[in-house]
Amino acid sequence: MTETTQAEISAEIEAEAQAYAARPAGAPAETTTRRGWGAYRSSVLRVPSNDPHPVDPEGVELWAPCFGQRDVDPLEADLTIQGRGEPLGERIVVTGRVLDGDGRPVRGQLVEVWQANASGRYVHQRDQHPAPLDPHFTGTGRCLTDDDGTYRFTTVKPGPYPWRNHRNAWRPAHVHFSLFGTDFTQRLVTQMYFPGDPLMGLDPIATAVVDPAARARMVATYDHDLTEPEWATGYRWDVVLTGSHRTPREDDLAAALGEEA
Amino acid sequence: MSDLPPTPGQTVGPFFHDALPWTGDAALVPPGRADAVRLHGVVRDGAGDPVPDALVELWQAGQDGRVVQRPGSLHRDGHTFTGFGRCATDRAGSYSFTTVLPGAHAEGAAPFVSLTVFARGLLHRLLTRAYLPVGLGGTAEALAADPLLAGLDPGRRATLVCEVDDDGGGAGGQALRRDLVLQGPGETVWLTYPRLPHGG
Repeated sequence: MTETTQAEISAEIEAEAQAYAARPAGAPAETTTRRGWGAYRSSVLRVPSNDPHPVDPEGVELWAPCFGQRDVDPLEADLTIQGRGEPLGERIVVTGRVLDGDGRPVRGQLVEVWQANASGRYVHQRDQHPAPLDPHFTGTGRCLTDDDGTYRFTTVKPGPYPWRNHRNAWRPAHVHFSLFGTDFTQRLVTQMYFPGDPLMGLDPIATAVVDPAARARMVATYDHDLTEPEWATGYRWDVVLTGSHRTPREDDLAAALGEEA
Repeated sequence: MSDLPPTPGQTVGPFFHDALPWTGDAALVPPGRADAVRLHGVVRDGAGDPVPDALVELWQAGQDGRVVQRPGSLHRDGHTFTGFGRCATDRAGSYSFTTVLPGAHAEGAAPFVSLTVFARGLLHRLLTRAYLPVGLGGTAEALAADPLLAGLDPGRRATLVCEVDDDGGGAGGQALRRDLVLQGPGETVWLTYPRLPHGG
C-alpha cells in the first residue's frame, strides 16, 4: 500500500473548500470545526456516526467547575522558569481575553496550555520525532483569567513537527489551549496558531475549519505593544466560547448553591 | 440574540498527558470513604477497539443535588467535594472515577453526571450524560419521566444509563459502569445544546 501524499490530502482539502465556497446563496457560514473530516485519518473511526442529539441543559450542565488560588500557582503561567535555566527558542508572551458568546468576560476561570518546544518536540514519551528535547522546557502551563477575562502566558514559540497522517505531513506551529466557561456546555479544547504559517493550509486539522473567517479565529495576532524590550515578542489571541444558558445573578447563584456556599 | 462567532475547537491530540491529568484527578472523594462509588467504563472506537488515548471529564452535583462551586479540584485536600474530575484512559481504554452519587437537581428529576470526552481523532469534544440506574441512585419513575430519555428509542436510551456491576470493591462491591462508544454499533448518544453551533 502506498502512502497518501500531501498532494492527495491537499486535493481533498481543496475539494471541500470549493464545495463550501459554492454553497447556495443565503446558506449560513460555518462557524466551527467539521465533525467528520476524512483528510484527518485518525478521525475516521472516532467521529460519531449520528448527529449529536439536542437537549436543553439542566442542573449541573448550567454551571462550570470552579477553580481558585488553591488550584493554580501564578508561577505556572511562565513556561520559561520551570527548569534550571532558560529554554531555547524565541521567548514570547501570549495573552488575550476569554469571552462568552455574549461578549462577557469569563472571570477567574482555568486556562491550561501545552505545546512542543522550539524544535518541535514534546516531552511526551510517545513523541519520537528526532528533534532535541530541552531540559529547561516541559511545555505545560496553567493560569486563571482575571476580572477582565484576561489570561497571560510567557513561553517560547513552538516549532512545527512531523506526524504520520500522510507522507511528509507537518503540523503548523501551535499551542494547545483548554478552556472552561460558566456553563459546562461551553467546554473547549482548541489550538492557537501563529500568523503567516505556511503549513496552515496544508494541515488536515486546521483545515477541518473550512470557513476562512472561522479558521482565522484560531490564529494569534502579532502585537508590538505586547512585545517587551530586550525580553520577548508578544502575541494576542482572544477566545470566544459559546453562549451561556443563564444570566448570572447573585440570587441565582445563591439559590443554586444553597446557603453553605 | 446574536452570538459572537465562537473560536472553533481542535483535537486534544496525543500529547496532552503531561498537561491535563494531575495526581488525584479521578478521585473526587478518597476511595476508602464509606459512601464512595466507582464510575468506570471503556472508551471504544468504531471498530470496537478500546481508545487508549482519550480523556474523560466528569462534572456532577453533590449528594444533595446542588451544584458545587468550590475550588480545589487540582489540589484535593481529601475533604472538599468539588464535583469535577478528569481521567485519561489507560492502555486498555478504561477510565475510572471515585465519586459519590449525585442527588436530583429538581424534585422528581433523574440524577445524572455530565461527561465530556476528548481524543486524538475527535476534532471537537463530545458531551453526554450518565444517568444513575435503578438500584444505585436512580428510580424507574424518574428515569421514565426524563424528557431526554423519553425522546429516544430504547436501544439508544440504554447508552445513557449506567449499568451496575460488581467491580466496585469495598463492602457492597457495586459500581456504576458506563462504556463510551464513539462510533458504530452501540454508539453513545452524544448531546448538543441550544447556542452551540452545528456539530455540538
